[in-house]
Amino acid sequence: MNELVEFISSKLELIYILILAIFIGVELIKNVPSVLHTPLMSGANALSGVVIVGALLVMLQSKPDDYLALGLGFVAVVLGVLNVVGGFAVTDRMLQMFKKKK
Amino acid sequence: MNITLSIIYLISTITFVIGLKLLGHPETAKKGNLIAAVGMVLAIIGTIFLHDFEVPSINYILIGAALLVGSVLGWIIAMKVEMTKMPELVSLFNGFGGGSALLIGLVEFNKNVGLEDASKASASIITTILAAIIIGSITFTGSLVAWAKLNGSMKDLRLPKYNLINNMLFLALVAFASYIVLVNTDSFMLIYILLAASLIYGYLFVAPIGGADMPVVISLLNSLTGIAAAITGILYGNMVMLVGGILVGSAGLILTFVMCNAMNRSLTNVIFGAFGGDAAGGAITDGKSGGTVKKTTASDSAILLNYANKVVIVPGYGLAVAQAQHVIHELEMVLTKKGVDVSYAIHPVAGRMPGHMNVLLAESNVDYDKLIEMDDINPQFPNTDVVLVVGANDVVNPAAHNDPSSPIYGMPILDVENAKHIIVNKRSMNAGYAGIENELFFNTKTSMLFGDAKSALTELVSELKNM
Repeated sequence: MNELVEFISSKLELIYILILAIFIGVELIKNVPSVLHTPLMSGANALSGVVIVGALLVMLQSKPDDYLALGLGFVAVVLGVLNVVGGFAVTDRMLQMFKKKK
Repeated sequence: MNITLSIIYLISTITFVIGLKLLGHPETAKKGNLIAAVGMVLAIIGTIFLHDFEVPSINYILIGAALLVGSVLGWIIAMKVEMTKMPELVSLFNGFGGGSALLIGLVEFNKNVGLEDASKASASIITTILAAIIIGSITFTGSLVAWAKLNGSMKDLRLPKYNLINNMLFLALVAFASYIVLVNTDSFMLIYILLAASLIYGYLFVAPIGGADMPVVISLLNSLTGIAAAITGILYGNMVMLVGGILVGSAGLILTFVMCNAMNRSLTNVIFGAFGGDAAGGAITDGKSGGTVKKTTASDSAILLNYANKVVIVPGYGLAVAQAQHVIHELEMVLTKKGVDVSYAIHPVAGRMPGHMNVLLAESNVDYDKLIEMDDINPQFPNTDVVLVVGANDVVNPAAHNDPSSPIYGMPILDVENAKHIIVNKRSMNAGYAGIENELFFNTKTSMLFGDAKSALTELVSELKNM
């Protein structure tokens, strides 16, 4: 219990940011027309690739002889960047189609 | 932390918010996607070069290689995929994101192994790591299962009492994770067990869910990946990961509810209710839909269309599968030239995801204004001479209105049965994606034009051109 209180007080700013971010996310999406749901889902999916920053930190911080960290980090970076590049590229392709007839 | 890097992270976070905002409007969506992408590239480059610790050059080489491999692969997949395969692709990419989060969790746990008790990570950090592993694993296998089911390489799997099994497994997972935190172990064996159980849970979680509900599941898993990213963000005290992840998490969750609403289903119903299972079997043997089906030919249909004043086309996934979106546009143009008023009725969940049909029709240059959403088109059906249903089934099934025993009862549908004539193009009399019979096909106003959408429509167009 003490641990929990300590955790909350030490991360209070993070918790504020977390809650505000939740509201922003909800507000951003609430009134989107259903036409855009698929591209939106795809775009949001690309954004979740931000986890790659963590994967990069793993690789940057691991010692050169720590093969486990380097190996797993390598795969994590590949998967993360796949998510980012693929996600944004495919969203762009979808949206390209909405563009041309206006 | 390096102050320049902090500022870069701040800028990236702002681009994510603005990007998501712009993605919500048709005119600005493309720009929004680009802005978010630029923010992401900034965050990645900043992370690699602006840090305060020594990094051996071999690490840099490996990072470069990983980035190159992932980018090239991602780009190729994204450019090659057909638009009809979009939902499963989103799912696949999403699974990769989850996989990345789970690997990070493993590495971070490993750092703790073999340390003196005093220097060990606190229970809250261990909790965060375990949460990243569990959520990352669930989204990883869950997304891969969703991907496999959508591309048809995997069938629904329902173990007996699967809800009970899944819920028990989930509770066991949470209990086991709590145990690991409490004993503050550094045994990797326990982590492997946790990992395996989470992976299995992800598989069992998605495996029984029916195909028609897959978009909802993908959206939910997408949201979970965001949460996994945010959790790893807490681990590193990294703001861009935290805010970016939470944005995706909450946006994805809202999108999930919006999709559920469009299908008039609750989220618990999607996850715990078997769609197309027992209830569907009941509906088929109901005998209610029994009756005779009236077949028609391309030339008869062409005559009907030719002399109509108002035609509404209802496109479904069958149209997309047959790659007939270009032919349907041609049909629309031929009819318009003959003075027929043609529009498209778009059900919110037409295709495999909300808005999927719009993307497909936009691909073949169909005018945006001709795509009319369900609530606007429904009052127009009584004045419509001919409705042409192409490869759609469940979204025009009147059972949603008048058969309380039907699994889709209560789902808002396109009221095509109010039109004067209905032509349904289908490959066969097989039931739709939800696995239920459609009494519309037995309606006396309905005539069935059997055949592959592309060839049937091509024939229809050439008949019309000869008139």
